[in-house]
Amino acid sequence: MSAVPLLQVQDLRVSFAGKEVVCGIDFSVAAGEKLALVGESGSGKTVTALSLLGLVQGARSAGQAFFAARPDESKDMPAQDLLALSERDLRGIRGRDIAMIFQEPMTALNPLFSVGEQIAEVLQLKQGLSPAQAQEAAVGLLADTGIPEPARRARAYPHQLSGGQRQRAMIAMALACQPRLLLADEPTTALDVSLRVQILELLSTLQKRNGMAVLLITHDLNLVRHFADRIAVMENGLIVEQGKVADVFANPQHPYTRKLMDSEPVRDVIENPPVGDGPPVAQARELIVSYPVKLPGLKGWFKQGEFVAVQGASFSLPKGQTLGVVGESGSGKSTLALALLGLQPSKGELRLSGRAWSADVAANKALRRSVQVVFQDPFSSLSPRMTVEEIVGEGLRVHQPGLSIAQRQLRVLQALDDVGMSQVQFPRLLQRYPHEFSGGQRQRLAIARALMVEPDLLVLDEPTSALDVTVQKQVLQLLQKLQRERGLSYLLITHDVAVIRAMAHQVLVMKDGEILESGPMAQVLAAPQHPYTQLLVGQLN
Amino acid sequence: MFGWTRVSSLTNPPEAASGRLPPRGAPAADGLSPTRAGTGGKAGAGEPERGVSASPGARAWQRFRRNRLGFGSLLLFTALVLVSLLAEVVSNDRPLVVKYEGSYYVPMLKDYPEKTFGGDFETATDYLDPFIRSKLSTGSNWAVYAPNPYGPKTLNYFAKEPNPSRPTRDNWLGTDDRGRDLLAQLLYGFRVSVLFAFALTFTGVVLGVLSGAVQGYFGGKTDLAFQRFMEIWGSMPELYLLIIFSAVFAPSISLLLVLLSLFGWLGLSDYVRAEFLRNRQLDYVRAARAMGLSSWQVITRHVLPNSMTPVVTFLPFRMSAAILALTSLDFLGLGVPPGTPSLGELLSQGKNSIDAWWISLSTFVVLVTTLLLLTFMGDALRDALDPRKSQE
Repeated sequence: MSAVPLLQVQDLRVSFAGKEVVCGIDFSVAAGEKLALVGESGSGKTVTALSLLGLVQGARSAGQAFFAARPDESKDMPAQDLLALSERDLRGIRGRDIAMIFQEPMTALNPLFSVGEQIAEVLQLKQGLSPAQAQEAAVGLLADTGIPEPARRARAYPHQLSGGQRQRAMIAMALACQPRLLLADEPTTALDVSLRVQILELLSTLQKRNGMAVLLITHDLNLVRHFADRIAVMENGLIVEQGKVADVFANPQHPYTRKLMDSEPVRDVIENPPVGDGPPVAQARELIVSYPVKLPGLKGWFKQGEFVAVQGASFSLPKGQTLGVVGESGSGKSTLALALLGLQPSKGELRLSGRAWSADVAANKALRRSVQVVFQDPFSSLSPRMTVEEIVGEGLRVHQPGLSIAQRQLRVLQALDDVGMSQVQFPRLLQRYPHEFSGGQRQRLAIARALMVEPDLLVLDEPTSALDVTVQKQVLQLLQKLQRERGLSYLLITHDVAVIRAMAHQVLVMKDGEILESGPMAQVLAAPQHPYTQLLVGQLN
Repeated sequence: MFGWTRVSSLTNPPEAASGRLPPRGAPAADGLSPTRAGTGGKAGAGEPERGVSASPGARAWQRFRRNRLGFGSLLLFTALVLVSLLAEVVSNDRPLVVKYEGSYYVPMLKDYPEKTFGGDFETATDYLDPFIRSKLSTGSNWAVYAPNPYGPKTLNYFAKEPNPSRPTRDNWLGTDDRGRDLLAQLLYGFRVSVLFAFALTFTGVVLGVLSGAVQGYFGGKTDLAFQRFMEIWGSMPELYLLIIFSAVFAPSISLLLVLLSLFGWLGLSDYVRAEFLRNRQLDYVRAARAMGLSSWQVITRHVLPNSMTPVVTFLPFRMSAAILALTSLDFLGLGVPPGTPSLGELLSQGKNSIDAWWISLSTFVVLVTTLLLLTFMGDALRDALDPRKSQE
């Protein structure tokens, strides 16, 4: 490593409309070094990276960011200040010296061109290759990223590739001109768990081979531990701590860093809750859920095809316990939840406290009270045009229409208090609209809404995966507390093994609609039988 | 015929509004960092100047008010509509109040025979008659006239110039070829146009929202059947139906309203349907269904309020399209019954007597101003409801 850092950022400040989101940070990246910028959403880490390339619209940046000149061009060229460069000079640096990969490869690739064409375009623009040469080089780059059949994939359009392949294609594109610095903005967040390590390993290999520096932006400390050399922790636009990964992890100095390190969910549940005499809260035997799909061609005019999303699921969930359902996106776990909620017709046997869903809407009303749901995305799960009182009190209006307004308000306030939101903290809480609350607070509102009708079973569909780690821990603790106090049963859907470990009594592992493995949590996680489960569990360690 | 193309386009306003949910993106993104989660919800309030929580609608109104052109247009348009609603006070051939020989009369509201005011006949009084005028101003008698002493149908028999008369002191904007005061014509014509546009927009919105909601919420076969029906319905030749009907029935505004309403809901219905298809997938709708709400409750409480963005955005554009539609039909002679003051009929008069420039010019100015105000309002409304612009 050279003594002069590749990138030296001094007192970087970025503000939007007078509001500072990055408040004077200093850091440096040496050539060939992997620096991780860690922080929760809103801490300013992505804005930091984007402002280096002048890609933040409508923002004012101040400070200096010295980027060392290419060693082969001229020996004595001074480092350039990226923030002082003109748009034209920056364009020369983007892609050639500093490349970027984004979180969501689907939106970062142009859907109208094949990936090969998109990579070749970069090569033609930046390195002046002829179209034929560029095409050839593009295939070579795709091969480097480990995509099978690179020549065929180069002709594929983004939508024809899987998520992991798209991210590989993005990486191939970013590395096309052998940049000296790669900005990786949450490169694995949108991917399934089993792919994350693969992508990081790929980045690691390519980084070593090309000797490039990487600035990894992430909120996932596990990734940092595996991947980075140094870590910088950001909070509210400031770097609160930076140092070698090993040092910081062994001995975090700043309270915020400690809080982040400490955000691994903790198991705090009653292991063997008393089982009542009644039937299990939820019981399924050979449950099949399928969607009608349109058949291609003329056939589709006359009959519909069928897509089986859940294939023969069987489980039994006693009172006071949590059934964890693990699987990747598309494995059918959310469909299972919808079937349990009676929102999706199913075949086979499904009983909630001994009762089954019927086709009659009115007959289902009582059953609806016993099973409620909390969804993943706290931004789409609350109607933006209703007040907190209307949202949380809705269940009462349906199931206890006799209550007076004052009684209902009292119950709503109590439910809000149960999930840790009080009027002391939020004046005029009942009259507020969801947009005023953060993700974690919205999730609490959603939980309060579900608890309002006193259900036996709560379906939790990825309840924490849209939240930051520290908030995730708080919400999980709240759920654990509610279970202990009320003997609630949870059907917990997640892709995060750490959450399962903290919450579940039993586990179902799903893939492509089938249940691969099931059993008590400790057994499944300690001694996974199925290779897929082994892969999933292996991610954690 | 340019006006006609707009008749059909009245259901397809120029630019599709984004299908996004207005209130979602904006404030959720700003300031809601969970690190501040514990300290209080106020951190996330989009407009810190108000402590009280503002509903998404109230915030859109705030943004609308900040658009000076749009808000100014709204004020001016409202003022114009109010004046035209009070047209009887502003422009009338009868005095508003008369005191004649000790007793009070309200000719504006009631017919009085000429004899009442010392005339010779039992017929209704012509208050423009110089003889009556002099009677009403002698001694302690007095009369309060409207600022423009002509009604929509008043013929100025005492005009000093031949018809159509150019603008004079008596007729500020001149008269048309039958000697009717142009200002009065415009005022009453504007009122007819605006009221007609309100009515047409109202029926279009009701029908469009209803059919769009049914299609979008229930989807599947209902949607399919409705869509095919709408395709057939929409391909019927509207203009020829209008011509045929105006030949069969006596032309009247209500007939026109019914006929235009039959086709006016098609475009809006598509937008509402799309919004419903999108919104019914959202988690809050699922949560509501899991809560046990009936379809009707889910629609009215959850989906509908969140699907009104395209409807509200297009209201001004639909209004202007409706005004233009009525004007075009009147111009062609297929519109309101003869004798009803109407902008289209004035335009057609202007075309026929091209020398009387004041007819064409003033009608044109009124029409353009109206449409322009509505367009400005529509633009401002679209900006106010656009989630991407609301972050400022």
